[in-house]
Formats: sequence, C-alpha cells, structure tokens
Amino acid sequence: MSAAAVSTGPAPKLKTSAMIASFADPGQKTASAPFGHALVKAAQENDKIVGLTADLGKYTDMHIFAQAYPERFFQMGMAEQLLFGAAAGMAETGLIPFASTYSVFAARRAYDFLCLDSAEPNLNVNIVGGLPGLTTGYGPSHQATEDMAIFRGMPNLTIVDPCDSIDIEQAVPQLAASDGPTYLRLLRGNVPTVLDEYDYTFELGKAKVLRGGNDVVFISSGLMTMRALQAAKALAAHNVDVAVVHTPTIKPFDAATVLAEINTDRLAVTLENHSVIGGLFETVASAIVTAGLGKRVVPLALPDQFLDAGALPTLHDRYGLTVQKIVAKVLAELK
Amino acid sequence: MTVTHELHSHELPQKERMIQETAAERLERVGAAAYRIRHHALNMGEVQGQGYVGQALGAADMLATVYSDQLRFRAEDPEWEARDRFLLSTGHYAIGHYAALAEAGTIPVTELETYGSDDSRLPMSGMSTYTPGMEISGGSLGHGLPIAVGMALGLRYQGSSARIYNFLSDGELDEGSTWEAAMGAHHHQLGNLTAMVDINALQADGKTDNVLRTEPVTEKWEAFGWYTQRIDGNNIAALLAAFDNAAAQAAAVGRPSVILCDTKVGRGVPLLEEREKAHFMRIEEHEWKTCREQLTAGYEGKDAL
Repeated sequence: MSAAAVSTGPAPKLKTSAMIASFADPGQKTASAPFGHALVKAAQENDKIVGLTADLGKYTDMHIFAQAYPERFFQMGMAEQLLFGAAAGMAETGLIPFASTYSVFAARRAYDFLCLDSAEPNLNVNIVGGLPGLTTGYGPSHQATEDMAIFRGMPNLTIVDPCDSIDIEQAVPQLAASDGPTYLRLLRGNVPTVLDEYDYTFELGKAKVLRGGNDVVFISSGLMTMRALQAAKALAAHNVDVAVVHTPTIKPFDAATVLAEINTDRLAVTLENHSVIGGLFETVASAIVTAGLGKRVVPLALPDQFLDAGALPTLHDRYGLTVQKIVAKVLAELK
Repeated sequence: MTVTHELHSHELPQKERMIQETAAERLERVGAAAYRIRHHALNMGEVQGQGYVGQALGAADMLATVYSDQLRFRAEDPEWEARDRFLLSTGHYAIGHYAALAEAGTIPVTELETYGSDDSRLPMSGMSTYTPGMEISGGSLGHGLPIAVGMALGLRYQGSSARIYNFLSDGELDEGSTWEAAMGAHHHQLGNLTAMVDINALQADGKTDNVLRTEPVTEKWEAFGWYTQRIDGNNIAALLAAFDNAAAQAAAVGRPSVILCDTKVGRGVPLLEEREKAHFMRIEEHEWKTCREQLTAGYEGKDAL
C-alpha cells in the first residue's frame, strides 16, 4: 500500500464507494442496466433464453430479466460451480442460458465447470461477468484483472469486452444467436453511451475503425475505448492526430482489421482494462508476430500485480487508465 | 411377448410398461443383464490389458437395473427428446457404461473391443462428444450432479416429464460442487432427479475412510432434504425395490431422491473380489480366462439354486 501513502496531502482523501462504482464522467450520457433490458428484449423474441445467477442478480442487472420473466429466471444461490454446471445442463436440453456472477468468480472459481461442461461440448452457455478488470475499489477479491488471460486459453469460448451501453445492447442478441459458449465482460448500472456518436454497429468477431488519424493508432477494447476516444480528442489539442480501432471481440480476434491498421508508420498503442499479461496487448502482439510484421506496440494496461483497494478514480489514475495519463504517455512516446 | 415388443417398452416408464412377468422373472431378467454387462466389461478389460474392471463389476447390478428395467429410452435413437437422462459423472466407469449401452442396444457389442483404442468412440474416460447415449463428459469429478440439476430445471421448464439419473461415486462426495447441487436440487424441488451413489469405499489413494471420511452418508443426504435409501448395491431385488420406491414418488415438483448403493469392487469374480483393492486393478494376461470362468460359474450356480 505504499502508493496509497504517497497520496497523503491537504486534499481530503476519496472514499471507496459502493461495490460497483460508476466510471461514467459527471454529466455523461448513460443508459440504465443495458444488459438487463437487452436480455428482456432478446427473450421476447426467443423463448429458449433463460437467466441464472449466483446470488448476484441485483449486481449484474439480471434482476431486470427476473422481474420481466420470473418463470424463466433461476436463482442458484452463492454456488458458482452449480451455477455453471446447471447452465450447461439447461443448454443440453435446448435452452439458451445467460448466467451471471462476478468475473472473478466465473474465471477463478468455476473455470473447470465452464471448460468441461460448456466449452468442450460447445454448448450455447453465455457467461455474464460483472466487475471486469478494474471497475471496483474492493481490491483483488473482486477485481478481475486477469479474467481474459484465464479465459483466452479455453477452446470454443468467445470473449466480448464491450465499451458502452450500445455495445451491450447490440451484443446480447448476437451472443444468444451464436453457437457455443461466450463470456461477456459486463458493464452494469448506469453505463455510458458513447458509440452512438460514431458510425458504428457491434458485429460479433469484428473490429471497427471508429476514427482515422495520421500520427497514432489506438487499438482498444472495453471501457478503455471510451477513454481512447476522449484521449484522441484531447491529443488533437496537441496537434496529434489519433485513430481509434475498437476490438470488442477479443476471441476470435479480428486480426485482419487490426493488422491493416497496425502496419503503418504510426505509433501503435493498445489500451485495455486488464492486466498487461494475457489480454488485448498480447492478443495483438501474437497476431503481429505471427504475421511477421516486427512492429513495436506500446501497451497501456493494468500492471502485473494485485491492485490496491480505494476509490475508483484514484485507482484509475494510479494505474494509468485516465485520459490524462493516456495523453501524457502518448506525448512522452512521441518526444 | 416378442423381443421387439420388450425393447420398445423401454419408451414407457417402468411402472406403465405392460410386461407380464412375475417378480422372479423380473429378477432373472435384470440379473441376466448384469451378468452380460460383467462379461462385456471383462472382455473390454482384456483387450485393453487393463482398465477400471473392478468398478464396472461392482456397479454392474446398478447399471443393469437402470438400463434393463427403469430407464425410458430408444436404443436406436439416443437423442430421442422424451428420453430419461442417465448422466455418468464418474468418467472412469465408462467401461461399465459402454457395457450397459451395448446391453441396451445403443452401441454394437462388436464395437466394445475398441475400448480405449485410438480413434474409438469408446475412450477410457466417458465423453458425450464421443459416444452415443453418453449424455455428459464426466471425469472431472463432482460435475454430474450440478449438470443434472440444470437438466432437471430445463426439462421441467419445457414441460417434459423425463427423469434424470445421475450416477456418482462415494469419492465424489468429497467434492463441494456435489453438495452445492444437492442443495440446489432440494431448493428447486427437482422431484424427477435421482442420484445413485456407488459406495465401494475405495478412492484413488486408498479406502474412503482413510482418504476423506464421508460417513455418515445417509444422514448427510437426509439433512439436505433428499428422499434417501441405502441398500446393498449388489442385490438386484433390493435395487429394484429402491428404484421402484424412487419412481413412485417422482414428480415434476417434489423431493429429489438418492439411492446409496454399497457395492463390492470386482463383484461376481472371486479372484478380483479377494484381491487387494485398488482403484486401477492389475490383472495378468493369464487371469482373464479365470475371471470369465468364475463369473459364469457363479452366475450359473446361482441360477441353479
């Protein structure tokens, strides 16, 4: 906790807020519980969709679905092995389960049950993981900083890291329609709405160029795409022209689109709400090496360490996820 | 009654089948199935030169009771939607399950000799993606009952009256996930779910009592709210009575049931019954013939009584 000690000063210390702190900026446009509402909408059109949770319905926006479809909602209790074993059993009977818990519990505690019960038989089980990366100040017990690193090694599993409410709303029906298991890095509560300002639609398995730019190219996923877009605007004031490529599907990865953007003289930066080990940076790096491009990439990611507890804005600043830190990093690289 | 008629009668729940037979005839029919399952298992073991023969012999009476008397299925259509589900949680018991599937007519008897060979549909550890009639991939222990809970919920939600049988071992009672599922099944009142536990008192590292004590087993399941019976799992009359009791109280909404079956590793082959108990039993090349002869002598001797 040495970093925390450094921040002592005259300003009052920020307090760790509720379990799920909002990362929306003050005054930012948001949508309430986009996952819950999207699941209800998808369920209206597909009566095979069911919802399950492990005592975290209210904390993963699953309660919206439970209220709309009580007979299609199954509370499994605080039993994550049962949650995902049972989800596989339901899929065996032809249903399309969406099963929610926190990402830490899905990835660390129930891995064996996801891997063998759903992924090996390639069942349409949709894992909904709350608190991905650094989206809570509760410390390592709740911060899933290595969830993608864990899940990327699981054959058949599709991994989606959405940016905002638009991504989530559009992803849910596509996850239900796709064969095989999926993992959604859930953003819940009041989720920022960002991508409506761009000519963008979510397509499972596709990366999208959100804006062009001549000096720098950002490759980003999850909430870091929001920060990447904000940083691109801020860098324009420094006469730095930044492109942003959003890669919400981490696996299977749209290497063709990303490599076409990487293979230029621009400074390439990956931005992710995840450990620098095993996430977007290494996904991009392996695609580059496989293609023999020999291109340098600057990773902007969480460090390979257990992170501090504290207020989310403090932590995002400490670990470099804020717009200011991104801008500073890029300007330093360009010097 | 023709054989064809009897095979098709597996499409009905046991209690609704119009099989005209006395209790003695029923015992003889299931006993004969168990005898054939044991022979199949010995033959597979010999082809492999090894295998979980001891477990298959011990569980043969349980498997015979389910496949020849209780389970609703279509041998030629293992994906038949209205079928009862039999989930083998203990992947290494696959040798016994393949023997039962051959007895049921789902896989040809001639295919059994491919057990554990490259490119076979019958791998050493049971997997749903390899074998017709194999509902789940077991082997990572403690998975069967959680999956069974989901199947029971899913089938009930879709209006199916199919029943779900989960075969598990006493070793799997070490796994926390088994007890998560035991709680879940009771909470959701999954009355069409029946767990059958093979209590052979043996685990990979030795006797269950020395590895991790699971007793008192009966009281544990009762405390979890299950309809609990404990029987001699090598006594077919006791097995039939217990499964009939479970069937009689089965309902879409109701208590799940568990049948705790005390069994003997190597049952039916004195040479193996008396051998020092081992999870993975060694049988010498020249011993297989003796095993088969002892099995047959024991079965025919019993028959003659």
